[in-house]
Amino acid sequence: MKALAASRRHRLAPVLLVLLALLATGVVYSMIAPAPKAVAEAANADDIATGEALFVANCATCHGINAQGGPAGPSLIGVGAAAVDFQVSSGRMPMSSNGPQAPVKPPQFTGEQTAALAAYVASLGPGPSIPTEEMVDPTLGNAAAGMELFRTNCGQCHNAVGAGGALSEGKYAPSLMDTPPSEIYEAMLTGPQSMPVFNDANITPEEKRDVIAYLVAQREPAAGGLTLGGLGPVSEGLWVWVVGIGLLIGSAIWLGAKSS
Amino acid sequence: MSTSTPARAAGATADFLDTRIGASKLVKEFARKIFPDHWSFLLGEIALYSFIVLLLSGTFLTMFFVPSMAEIHYPEDALPVTMQGVQMSEAFASTLKLSFAVKGGLLMRQIHHWAALMFMAAIVTHMLRIFFTGAFRKPRELNWIVGFLLMVLGLVAGFTGYSLPDDVLSGNGLRITDGITKGVPIIGSYASFLIFGGEFPGVDIIPRMFTAHILVVPGLILALVAVHLMLVVVHKHTQYPGPGRTNKNVVGFPLFPVYMAKAGGFFFIVFGVLALMGATMSINAVWNYGPYDPSPVSAGAQPDWYMLFLEGSLRMMPGQAEFVVGGFTVPLNVIIPAMIVPGILLGALALYPFIEAIATGDKREHHVLDRPRNVPFRTAFGVAVLAELIMLALAGSNDLIATHFSLSINDITNTFRVLFFVLPVVTFWITKRICLGLQRRDREIVLHGRETGTIIRMATGEYVEVHKPLDDFERWTLVGYEAPRPREIEPAEDSRGVRRKGYRLDSFKAALSRVFYEDRIEPVTPAELAAAHSHGEHDMLPGGTDNVEPTALAGSGQDTGHTS
Repeated sequence: MKALAASRRHRLAPVLLVLLALLATGVVYSMIAPAPKAVAEAANADDIATGEALFVANCATCHGINAQGGPAGPSLIGVGAAAVDFQVSSGRMPMSSNGPQAPVKPPQFTGEQTAALAAYVASLGPGPSIPTEEMVDPTLGNAAAGMELFRTNCGQCHNAVGAGGALSEGKYAPSLMDTPPSEIYEAMLTGPQSMPVFNDANITPEEKRDVIAYLVAQREPAAGGLTLGGLGPVSEGLWVWVVGIGLLIGSAIWLGAKSS
Repeated sequence: MSTSTPARAAGATADFLDTRIGASKLVKEFARKIFPDHWSFLLGEIALYSFIVLLLSGTFLTMFFVPSMAEIHYPEDALPVTMQGVQMSEAFASTLKLSFAVKGGLLMRQIHHWAALMFMAAIVTHMLRIFFTGAFRKPRELNWIVGFLLMVLGLVAGFTGYSLPDDVLSGNGLRITDGITKGVPIIGSYASFLIFGGEFPGVDIIPRMFTAHILVVPGLILALVAVHLMLVVVHKHTQYPGPGRTNKNVVGFPLFPVYMAKAGGFFFIVFGVLALMGATMSINAVWNYGPYDPSPVSAGAQPDWYMLFLEGSLRMMPGQAEFVVGGFTVPLNVIIPAMIVPGILLGALALYPFIEAIATGDKREHHVLDRPRNVPFRTAFGVAVLAELIMLALAGSNDLIATHFSLSINDITNTFRVLFFVLPVVTFWITKRICLGLQRRDREIVLHGRETGTIIRMATGEYVEVHKPLDDFERWTLVGYEAPRPREIEPAEDSRGVRRKGYRLDSFKAALSRVFYEDRIEPVTPAELAAAHSHGEHDMLPGGTDNVEPTALAGSGQDTGHTS
């Protein structure tokens, strides 16, 4: 105790104290903060190696050899497996050409290759992981709750039923009519391209499942017949001119021609 | 036994009615009414029959719709699943119930909505026919105004109906109405509070819209339809130009039995097409949008097609046009696109018959229609206004154009901003040139007949093309029109140098008249025709070619083909 009391006024004592305080803060934070899920994923070392090879061959041109990013593409450290799964399995990545936005196209990699790439990127830094089947099962969600969430958070860009809509400068919110539930979930979680991130504090995993349930409910045959694209009054107006006025003018010509 | 029992009964009934209400006079008057035959004369009937379908299906809907903004929760066990337990107004809930629980309810709703779109589309098509054939000329100017009012009432009926279900889309429409109302200088906010019974959206607007939609507006439409049809009977029907058709006769078939059968049959065709559309094509699926809540506005939120021009006008307007003077906001970004632009376009449409009458200075009655090419200014003006309205409607759909044609929405909007000013001028000019070109071609055909493509070699070795001359009936249609000349006015001062009263008004009329009729192609005169038939010397005739540009006759001078 005497030694401690004596060294109390040592000139390095404040530095030591600051270090101790930081350590304590870090320990407390690590106990309170939610554990990053990606780290929990037991990634197979082989997968990571395969993924790295695929990454260097297909993605490094833009994203950098260590996925650190570059002038042509963002850093992928910490984006997590969910972002990779979303971008690669929907065919958006690898991007075929520069444009306002990466369009959906046939996927370039098999499911296993995508999983390997995801494992590699997840190993670079903690990030959101791929949701399980149960997390995206539309039958477990509440479509009515999803409707309220969707129109408050998503319909502004994606249209009331998810038919898609325009954004500025050639960018767009794609149609969600054929998007697999897992991709809908991953998009909300990772906020690809122009989309904002809807993290689990903002929209909880259960609520995300409700949104998926609402969108999947839109794929049922419409109660009223042909949906005409789900685009609302403009397509209805177009069809009344094409089909309605078209048929009736045709009939009028027939009636007018009969007598002569 | 000379008469059978049914015939005697019919005779007795007819006698009963005739002796009490003078039925035979009515029957004689109406049954012998002559209507000319042309498909374009049936366009107004489409509108009328759509309106009847609207009344029939609308009556069904009123039996289930609850015009109330009271808040309820939709039942947990009722369809559709996306609405279970959701808080909503009674108006919205009853619309859902009408669509999912009432037998035939959704079909009726869809027929009603399609009929509304068809009603407006038919009115517009009918108006186009009237406009481009000049059927609005004396004595029908007032009926044009009645028709114009019917179109405006159709807009109001459509808009109030669109707002009734209280879904997000209809609420967005009301929000725009609220914004435009508040944009009116000085009285704006008071007017908005008056309409909505307080701050938007309030709880009064649905019941008020309901009264307007099912009572006031249809009542006015019915009354004006009656006036419109009575005036048609009073004026007699117009007819297309042709042999034997003059301003003093009507060539056609009597109302009874030919037109009774045709018109009656056409009603069922219209009803059938509307029922087909209602049965197979989804329209205004309000459960997609959900109950109204002022916060969400989904992408693709647009009004029904007939209001799209207003939406486009608002979408195109740059937002910077709003400024504040002495604490008062002057929202030119609302006033210009929502009041001035539609005001000018619709005002020009309503007043056109009177403007044209001033330019023409013609006080005669006209019952024979114009071929659009023979009135180049009118046709070009109509096309320009139409192009502008279509462009505005497209601007109101700019987001859908962007997504469906992979274009940048900013580029589309900027392009439309330029087109707003350029398009009317360009379409006017092009249409006028096309009309004048067609008239010149008509002259060519009248003077020299139609080209047959047969080349013959004369004894002298000369090659000529055989032209087939027109028969008298064909020629009548091509020459039977008038090309009005610009008005000529008396001089400003009389012989004693005293300024004449009304000179300035006259000179304005003359200037207007020049704009209308400076460029014109006169129909072929008999003298010109005779000259043409005697070997192409017509261009040396005095007076025959004064108003035709030299190019029109340049070709005909060398023409050798008239081998009749």
